[in-house]
Amino acid sequence: MSGLRILVPVKRVIDYAVKPRINRANTAVETAGVKHSMNPFDELSIEEAVRLRERKVPVEEIVAFSAGPPKAQDVLRTAMAMGADRAIHVTVEENKGDLEPLGVAKLLKQVVQQEKSNLVILGKQSIDDDANQTGQMLAGLLNWPQATQASKVTVENEDVTVIREVDGGVETLKAKLPMIITTDLRLNEPRYASLPNIMKAKKKPLVKKTLADFEADVTPRLKTVKVQEPPPRKGGVKVEDVDGMIGKLKELGAL
Amino acid sequence: MFSVARNSVLRQARTQFRLSQPTALSHKSSLARLLSTLALLEQREGKLNVSSLAAVTAAQKLGGSVTGFVAGSGVKAVADEAAKVKGIEKVIYVENGAYDKGLPENFAPLVVENIKKGGYTHVLAGHSAFGKNVMPRVAALLDSQQISDITNIEGEDTFVRPIYAGNAILTVQSTDNIKVVTVRGTAFPVGEQEGGSAEVVEGVDPKAECATEWISEDLAKSDRPDLATAGRVVSGGRGLKSKEEFDRLMPPLADALGAAIGASRAAVDSGFADNSLQVGQTGKNVAPQLYLCAGISGAIQHLAGMKDSKVIAAINKDPDAPIFQVADVGLVGDLFEKVPELTEKLKAQQ
Repeated sequence: MSGLRILVPVKRVIDYAVKPRINRANTAVETAGVKHSMNPFDELSIEEAVRLRERKVPVEEIVAFSAGPPKAQDVLRTAMAMGADRAIHVTVEENKGDLEPLGVAKLLKQVVQQEKSNLVILGKQSIDDDANQTGQMLAGLLNWPQATQASKVTVENEDVTVIREVDGGVETLKAKLPMIITTDLRLNEPRYASLPNIMKAKKKPLVKKTLADFEADVTPRLKTVKVQEPPPRKGGVKVEDVDGMIGKLKELGAL
Repeated sequence: MFSVARNSVLRQARTQFRLSQPTALSHKSSLARLLSTLALLEQREGKLNVSSLAAVTAAQKLGGSVTGFVAGSGVKAVADEAAKVKGIEKVIYVENGAYDKGLPENFAPLVVENIKKGGYTHVLAGHSAFGKNVMPRVAALLDSQQISDITNIEGEDTFVRPIYAGNAILTVQSTDNIKVVTVRGTAFPVGEQEGGSAEVVEGVDPKAECATEWISEDLAKSDRPDLATAGRVVSGGRGLKSKEEFDRLMPPLADALGAAIGASRAAVDSGFADNSLQVGQTGKNVAPQLYLCAGISGAIQHLAGMKDSKVIAAINKDPDAPIFQVADVGLVGDLFEKVPELTEKLKAQQ
């Protein structure tokens, strides 16, 4: 088999530890001046690609990809510091709004064809829009096999075996390359980029492109009507002891 | 593409009418009849997965006709079972063992073919492992932008869904001809499963090839209520310290309450509990009558999965733990004392 040509799409999102705030106009979540980082599930994707190489699976190259504002280059540098060989950045102006999963999938389809990728590893969902769609959509557009929510990936020649998380347990699937995999939290523990690797990553190639370089129709299909705070829960009470808890639960009709 | 043109004409007609009559969602409205929903039902070994009926509940809220869809081996029986569900007008079944495992490579083309044939305006499924896996593939084949995990319906094209781990609620309007939607089970309770009398018909089977081979599965066996739909959930976190303590303290408490057992990600990652028990943004969403948790601090990713519970009770030794900000009843104390005491006292009351 010729080597794996792995494409890893990554997304820059508001850091998972930050509590998002909604803007005054109730049209979006405030992103200005908020700490961003790589979507945690995408870190797992990069990590898995690098581990495949470390496990002596013939990996020809690992390409990180991101579509987003100029600052998305930061997450691509992180991906390269973790072990990706090079990166492609499609600049999307900030005021244009976010791309939707279908648009990203169409873009990725072209990237896959240009780069002749035979394995795409994506995160199962991004923690901002929580859609959980892009990988499956890409698989559909390419008519490739998909294995979503992977917790273990084994590559042997052309055969890929994936254990995936399902409701109530796990299931094992097998498919031949080329294919699409999306990562679940159990897959691995992403490494921290070391300082020397961060320095090295600065010299790795990062190609900048724009949406005009692709023939993908990324026109949004959804219109945001409004974004609101979830209804707050009423402040609860603290009780002194177990009897107090049982009493209060009865009062609330929960027992 | 197939019936898209027809649909858009209908939509236009409806939009015109809506100007003068903003409540087009009414079930009685004759316009709503133009709306037709295909609800994907799940089955396992010839048994209907009842929680997948949430898609039917949502479809009814949408208005218009509701058609159930089920595929696999021996699904005629499942179709007959689904035909009794109130609100379903028709059940389409496709008898073919190739669909037993719900693999998206052939299931998505199957769904698309049946949508083409039926000219549906909406396709709904639960936001379950199956729905999450198959529906985006269906959406891509239909060139439609899916709307995931909706918690409410505001109109035939307007849906409400949580984003940012439930920290924001997005209302979104779709401009697509066919709306592909997954629904959050806890937001659309399953209705009556008796009294309906739907027509049962065979669907089209494109027999698409499946490039993926299903090898095996390993499902956690449990006699307890299903976590996602249980009326009561007891949940343990890192504070339980070990798998032994988790297994010693949580099951008796769950038994005393007739509850399902859940866990925080910290507990799962530390190996105290199985992955399938995880509650939170990356695990299951639950909204039981009672969510009782011990040793869980209340990280936003965890709260995302349980804060729609009717009553939340928490035991934690840290009085400043964020869980107390959402808990209706909080008890500050050592769970190794409080949980067994609570279990004993609850048992005594039975």
